[in-house]
Amino acid sequence: MWNSRRLVLAHLWFAFACFGAALPLGEWQMFIRSPLHAWISNPEWYYRSVTAHGTTMAYVFPTLVAMGFGYFVTEEALKRPMVGLRWAWLGFALVVIGTIAAIVPVALGLASVLYTFYPPLIGNPFYYIGVVLVVVGSWVWVALMSVNMYRWKRDNPGAPVPFPMFATVAGSYLWGWTAVGAALELLFQIIPVALGWRSTIDAGLARVFFSWTLHAIVYFWLMPTYIAYYTIVPRAIGGRLFSDTMGRISFILFLIVAMPIGIHHAFEDPQVGAGFKYLHSVFTAIVALPTLLTVFTICASVEIAGRLRGGKGVLGWLTALPWRNPVMLGAALSFVMLGFGGAGGLINMSYQLNATVHNTQWITGHFHLIFGGAIVIMYFVIAYDIWPHLTGRALESFGLIRAQLWTWFVGMIVLTFPWHWVGILGMPRRMAFYDYTDPAIATQAAWVTMSVVGGAILVLSGVLFFIVLVRGQTAPRTEPATYRFSVAVRPPRALPAALNGFGLWLGLMVALTIVNYGFPIAHSLATPGTAVPAIKVGERW
Amino acid sequence: MVTRERIASLRNPWFTASVGITVAIALVAAVVGFIWLPLQHPGERFTDVWDAICSAAGLVRNAPSGAQIVRADYLTTSVEIDPQMLQGASAESIGRGATLALRCTMCHGARGLSQADTPNLAGQYPVTIYKELVDFKTGARASAVMAPLVADLSDADMRDLAAYYAYLPRVASSGSAAGEPPLIVASGAPLRGIAPCGACHGEVESKASAAWLEGQPAIYLRTQLGAFATGARHNDIGEQMRNVARRMTAAEIAVASEYYTSRP
Repeated sequence: MWNSRRLVLAHLWFAFACFGAALPLGEWQMFIRSPLHAWISNPEWYYRSVTAHGTTMAYVFPTLVAMGFGYFVTEEALKRPMVGLRWAWLGFALVVIGTIAAIVPVALGLASVLYTFYPPLIGNPFYYIGVVLVVVGSWVWVALMSVNMYRWKRDNPGAPVPFPMFATVAGSYLWGWTAVGAALELLFQIIPVALGWRSTIDAGLARVFFSWTLHAIVYFWLMPTYIAYYTIVPRAIGGRLFSDTMGRISFILFLIVAMPIGIHHAFEDPQVGAGFKYLHSVFTAIVALPTLLTVFTICASVEIAGRLRGGKGVLGWLTALPWRNPVMLGAALSFVMLGFGGAGGLINMSYQLNATVHNTQWITGHFHLIFGGAIVIMYFVIAYDIWPHLTGRALESFGLIRAQLWTWFVGMIVLTFPWHWVGILGMPRRMAFYDYTDPAIATQAAWVTMSVVGGAILVLSGVLFFIVLVRGQTAPRTEPATYRFSVAVRPPRALPAALNGFGLWLGLMVALTIVNYGFPIAHSLATPGTAVPAIKVGERW
Repeated sequence: MVTRERIASLRNPWFTASVGITVAIALVAAVVGFIWLPLQHPGERFTDVWDAICSAAGLVRNAPSGAQIVRADYLTTSVEIDPQMLQGASAESIGRGATLALRCTMCHGARGLSQADTPNLAGQYPVTIYKELVDFKTGARASAVMAPLVADLSDADMRDLAAYYAYLPRVASSGSAAGEPPLIVASGAPLRGIAPCGACHGEVESKASAAWLEGQPAIYLRTQLGAFATGARHNDIGEQMRNVARRMTAAEIAVASEYYTSRP
């Protein structure tokens, strides 16, 4: 590491500290709305907790992981000091200040609007301003990723951009553009109302803007995970990346088709025309393509490792894999959760099937399985993999690491499978109180209790994670070997310009966004009488 | 090594293929989503293809010709409420309201509190008082007693009255302080679609135009819930109170009324 070691550590420590604080809140929510606990009589506490949990887990935690890992990749992949270190610290400071500004009003009960904002609910302006600061801080990162890649390209004309950097820049561009939707909603719709400059808000338009962010943000969360699949997993298990080109095409496809598809989150919204819902459905289905490409490439890369380790036959390479290696284990568990979560996602994106699960607990189960499960388990793996290079101290608690990954996996399955199931039984989401004495839902009590147990296992796993890191911090100093990313079977020596830059793909991304969002937004703006009175949260009058 | 090839060029296969495939997918999806699927809907009566496209795009269309527009067969409230309404009344407005309120004292007491089982108005939200006065005047809320009393009030008079009563201090009721709110107040009955009373009427959260209920006479609250349940009272334009009251049991109505009477 040249000079960003402290920067990366600061990002990751703050990210995981936020994660550690928000994790027990989730379990508390599951517990108090389960049959194990009497009704707390005040739903405000519940929604306050949901807002804090969601804001921290969805905005702060993954953004910081992506930023920290991105800075790490920049130096390690480009093999030179990062440009703009001071700017990076400024971005970090903005994220920290934004997080504090957002969480204080939430903790005081002044902004219990959930992390998805839900206008016409309006909370304390500092909550929204805090979220904007987090986004602005992350945009500094987006700019730095771009600057570093283009400076490197300028200094190495014609040379292929190292794949980890290429993928990281793709992720940063995806975030830069997807955050624009929520930023527009916050800056032009919500914050003016929160500050008292306006008293009405077009909630339908706000939902369209938010859907712009809401789906692609999931792919932004996914980016560090996918980058780890491609650039860490094959190396860590002694294999080779099956195809560098396939990797580049996957990330390019994510950039284009992850963005203009968010209206499938608004299938039940009357202000959006059915034609646009269909259009977004089609592009949502195409996202399966880069996912399947990734699954194929990574499975092939892992098979290479298995065969290099002496595995023979159709399935013999599987048993030859280093299953006790935390990276191998974490990636495999992540893939299982990605498979189940992806199958659930196919249901959500279908207009007709969505109608049966819309606004039920199925949805919350789904995004916990995908994000909390498949994605976050790889955040742990990334931390385990790069921590020794950041601290100069080895993580030696391999047994504990494996226990942590297994408990996270088991906890997530026990949490989310019953959660999906009660959703199918019709249990609505976003409610603080369920009367399990009523025969209509009495049969759901056991399933919800099971989810509480799953959540408790996750909290235990979270504790194990911190024990591993803290033990690592107190281990004796060693000089870590040079960090390496996976090497492709055929490392690219020359690439077509299209696979070595983003101009074309950014053009397509923006054009598709305009095609898919332009009319619904313009129509809402041009239709009179769409604004409704804002409802201030946490204000008694 | 890569030469400096132009990306945005028809001779670049990456450009033509990616743009071509994307445009093709978008075009096919658009034809299916905006033309073919809408035309498959048996219930829709499109005049032509353009009409179908406009519908799929989400344009607000007129009801098909000949379709019946259903309207309520009773007067509905004409008051549009927003949470910022009637905030910050002037001293003059309160003073004018005090003078006008002299005609209300017979039933509502000299300072907005009475033993007559009429609503206590002291400290009531101004929006609530204003809305009810307007509804009595327009006939959206029927009352043989109130109707003649409000007939000659101007809009400004009703705003002044609202300001005056909102300004008066609430007084603790004579009942014993209630303990924990009953289930119907704190939690409602989710499976019957009844939101908690406290979600709009204080205790948990307050919503615009929902009345301050604490210390109101139990018999008044019971009567009003009964009137909402039968539809005799219908000035809740979204039917929110009628829907709640219809599904409440007599016991729940009684316990909720008693609870609010005994507050604070």
